[in-house]
Amino acid sequence: MSIPVLKFDAVIVGAGGAGLRSAIQLSEAGLKTAVLSKVFPTRSHTVAAQGGVAASLGNSEEDHWTWHMYDTVKGSDWLGDQDAIEFMCKKANEVVVELEHYGMPFDRTDNGKIYQRPFGGHMSNFGEKPVRRSCAAADRTGHAMLHAMYQRNVKANTQFFVEWMALDLIRDVDGAVIGVTAMEMETGQIVIFHARAVIFATGGAGRIYHSSTNAFINTGDGLGMAARAGIPLEDMEFWQFHPTGVAGAGVLITEGVRGEGGILRNSSKERFMERYAPNAKDLASRDVVARAMATEIKEGRGCGVNKDYVLLDITHLDPATIMKRLPGIREISIQFAGVDPIKEPIPVVPTCHYQMGGIPTNYFGRVVVPQGDSMSVEIPGFYAAGECACASVHGANRLGTNSLLDLLVFGKSAGDSAVADLKSGLAHRDLPKNAADFSLARVDAINNRKGGASVFEARQAIARTMQDHAGVFRFGDMLKKGAAQILEVEKQAKSLEIKDKSQVWNTARIEALETENLIEVAKATMISAEARKESRGAHVRDDAPDTPEFPNGRNDKEWLKHTLFYSADNSIKYKGVNLQPLSVETVALKTRSY
Amino acid sequence: MSKRMVQFSIYRYDPDKDDAPYMQDITVELEPTDRKLLDALTRLKAKDETLSYRRSCREGVCGSDAMNINGKNGLACLQDIDDLKQPVVLRPLPGLPVIRDLIVDMTQFFKQYHSIKPYLINNDPAPERERLQSPEDREELNGLYECILCACCSTSCPSFWWNPDKFVGPAGLLAAYRFIADTRDQATNERLDDLEDPYRLFRCHTIMNCVDVCPKGLNPTQAIGKIKDMMVRRAV
Repeated sequence: MSIPVLKFDAVIVGAGGAGLRSAIQLSEAGLKTAVLSKVFPTRSHTVAAQGGVAASLGNSEEDHWTWHMYDTVKGSDWLGDQDAIEFMCKKANEVVVELEHYGMPFDRTDNGKIYQRPFGGHMSNFGEKPVRRSCAAADRTGHAMLHAMYQRNVKANTQFFVEWMALDLIRDVDGAVIGVTAMEMETGQIVIFHARAVIFATGGAGRIYHSSTNAFINTGDGLGMAARAGIPLEDMEFWQFHPTGVAGAGVLITEGVRGEGGILRNSSKERFMERYAPNAKDLASRDVVARAMATEIKEGRGCGVNKDYVLLDITHLDPATIMKRLPGIREISIQFAGVDPIKEPIPVVPTCHYQMGGIPTNYFGRVVVPQGDSMSVEIPGFYAAGECACASVHGANRLGTNSLLDLLVFGKSAGDSAVADLKSGLAHRDLPKNAADFSLARVDAINNRKGGASVFEARQAIARTMQDHAGVFRFGDMLKKGAAQILEVEKQAKSLEIKDKSQVWNTARIEALETENLIEVAKATMISAEARKESRGAHVRDDAPDTPEFPNGRNDKEWLKHTLFYSADNSIKYKGVNLQPLSVETVALKTRSY
Repeated sequence: MSKRMVQFSIYRYDPDKDDAPYMQDITVELEPTDRKLLDALTRLKAKDETLSYRRSCREGVCGSDAMNINGKNGLACLQDIDDLKQPVVLRPLPGLPVIRDLIVDMTQFFKQYHSIKPYLINNDPAPERERLQSPEDREELNGLYECILCACCSTSCPSFWWNPDKFVGPAGLLAAYRFIADTRDQATNERLDDLEDPYRLFRCHTIMNCVDVCPKGLNPTQAIGKIKDMMVRRAV
């Protein structure tokens, strides 16, 4: 069967923040670039980011990138690589200012500069007190940003393939990445994109959990493709549970609400965060706040008939502030919680939000894997940025507003690296004859299998298994059970049957293909979590409790290292954390408290 | 809790197997937590996976799941199911070619959006820091930049139905005014020149369907009025 081949200098998979940012670099450098996306670019999940993007612009008070770096390392519970963290924090002002020049409608201070608000874990003077570092466009920062970057790409004449789903990576005998297979959703046509450089910007996979702030499209497609191509996934045990998802609906309520003065309260109206984080209170790091909320609920101080949520209170704020700074939140609360936050507090619960791990990269956005004696060898032609990548700047816990910064900085840096490589002679490598066979067989099996599992049931099984075994608090025996169970679910998820046989916009088939990606992420998460016998950041287990020897359950002697999970044989390798920044001194290991 | 059954009548068409479109009558049982039309569609799809529609964020910011709901355009994820008269009649957005079921071909819609040069034009050398803009000037962009390109407005506009290739339509014109109103943009004159045309702008007859259906509460008619005002003021 002959498959059409489209030839480009570069192919970018994903048109969210990271993909659009790298596309700007490639298009403006005059390279022939294709951007593939399952959805029209402005429908990518970056659109849902609310509270802001971090940069130490210092527009309202003194700030420094070194303070931002300290907060990010501390936030990561020292699992973040300090070279990448320095790179990101130092670049923040540059990329945010560029975005403003693209036309991003940031809110403004009285003197016309970009408006900044406080956010969780962002402090001045190395942890002293909250600082205004989050650059915001009301509570629609992601929307404003994504549209501004799409618009810049329209100006740069970037070529988009809208509603195309990438299926698999194509590697040659040397392991170099030379393209992807992809399916046009409207026609079911499968095509080979043959490229000199492939950038993954495919976002996260928050849909592995039952309760998630994530969009339906967040199914970890890039991670699935990487895993199937023999590339390990890094630090997948670390998932951020955002403190404030709307109870029941899962829809996100930005931390910016607390940045503007919102307070979390339990059933006796107590501001309970004062007990857990006496200094930062409601603006402590997300993992800390989420655990505090879960503890309140577990100990019977939750609200409502089932005592299963807490309240986010902004009734004390000036309604004018709410209308000006948090208009989207008010809409969401009315729509999804049935309460007007001007009058009543919002019911919230910790909800799966962000994947700290991903495809291993260095701070140039180049994908790196263990090979021979080295733990970090670059794969020729392969780059990744944004939530699908692990640079690693977020380590064991991401700070709010650092995700939008991550996708700007590393989207740009992956784009720059690809441009540099292309200009210095990175060539098209020959396509193997069987380049598309693996994808064709996969799609064929889904089209024709009889007596397999339904997509709906397989997805439910993944989401329930993850939710029940690898949540905010983790338990040794549950992780063990979860690891066994997810391997059973994997069999189900890899033997799907669909009833829809149409070639035209076959959403059942798309969802089946997504499910094969979700299971790769779920499996990596569960097995990596079971293996890590300590508590760190968002990964907290009962059998690694807080002791004088291991404060907060963190064990730096044995576990100050990154997990690398290989799907083919479910094995794990570990690589050291880079504690050496580029130009400043190491942020020394310390017990984390807020 | 008693069972919640909801009756639907849904436009179905799969060009791969159907000679012509038809309306499918189907009933679905909802769970107590199902609140929005999109929740019901998810249940329906679990029952009949051939039902095709776009969806993503499920919170009204991505603009994927626009459709015609009981005769009015809206987003499935923001529509309360209990507010709908039954049978709930679902059709694809009117005026655009149907690809399959509730999925329309949006090429023409985006072509019009792209035609207004939807990006900031400022030819001064980029300063080292942000360009300054007063809070009052920034306020001018409120009600403009929040558009999610769902196409509810343009596909409810009779002028757009008749001339989708020549009339920019409410979404595109809202975007045009978003840049005209931006104090950082230097292309106001070119933008007005481009729209000074019997079709591109002046096919708007202030029918105001766009305002009526916008799920974000935006007002394209007002933006169009402001563009027209600027043209008049420019002419005198």
